[in-house]
Amino acid sequence: MQSESTGGVTRIIIPSDPLAVREALRALFDTLLLRSLPEAERGTAEIVLAEALNNIVEHAYSTDRGEIELTLRLSHSELACRITDSGAPMPAGQLPEGALKPLVPPDDLPEGGFGWFLIRTLARDLHYRRINGQNQLSFCLNAGQSSAREMIVSNWDDMTQQRQNFPVNAPQRSAINDL
Amino acid sequence: MDLVAEPRGDLLIVRAMADRIDAAGAIQFKDRMREITQHPAPRVLLDLSRVAFLDSSGLGAVVAVMKALGPNRSLELACLTPTVEKVFRLTRMDSVFTIYPTVPDGLRDAV
Repeated sequence: MQSESTGGVTRIIIPSDPLAVREALRALFDTLLLRSLPEAERGTAEIVLAEALNNIVEHAYSTDRGEIELTLRLSHSELACRITDSGAPMPAGQLPEGALKPLVPPDDLPEGGFGWFLIRTLARDLHYRRINGQNQLSFCLNAGQSSAREMIVSNWDDMTQQRQNFPVNAPQRSAINDL
Repeated sequence: MDLVAEPRGDLLIVRAMADRIDAAGAIQFKDRMREITQHPAPRVLLDLSRVAFLDSSGLGAVVAVMKALGPNRSLELACLTPTVEKVFRLTRMDSVFTIYPTVPDGLRDAV
């Protein structure tokens, strides 16, 4: 695995192999960058990244092997992810719908098809495009950083202070109360 | 996939010793569970307290193990860690399995 990290951006390149995906996730979630995420957000990020990477290993590179490039950019409120591979394109050039199959125990219970459901449920701003013979998948995850929460709190305090300057019946007051 | 089995009366407690059941280990997990559940206990309780991460392949493997036990035996789960619990909840598999928050006390002392 090649890895580099600068200014809140981490970029890694791994071979299309399930063990390489496992080791990359282990290494990533042990980095300072992702250790700073709250536990729930870390768990969600690991689920989505695992599903996206394993899908590439299993489907895009089902007949040959190649590299997967993962770029992560962490800001206060979100973790932006971009995954690029040179494997086969998505069927019909589109992301799978990822609908959950009905659970009819015991014989008809599905043993697969959960991956895209989990990605679509947990990630937002999901985009796929095929460009220059490569698949490019991008999405955002909630980073839930404490600094973001502090920012909200300080904005709220600012507004509370402003409110004291408002005339009692001004419309702005009800807007602030709605917060 | 390191799994440790301990028979207790009609129950077989299986402890998953690995920290993840993922795409790289799902087949080994299924194979090892198939060997372990040669033991005829009607109830198999899988203790997942050490498993911090399970992906959709791991979930599929757990479902496959349950189906392989057939209609007269059950696979029950205990001690799901937060991320594992999230995968079961989102896929609604938490409605299919009996899930205990801990290995039930009554079972710990069962002979």
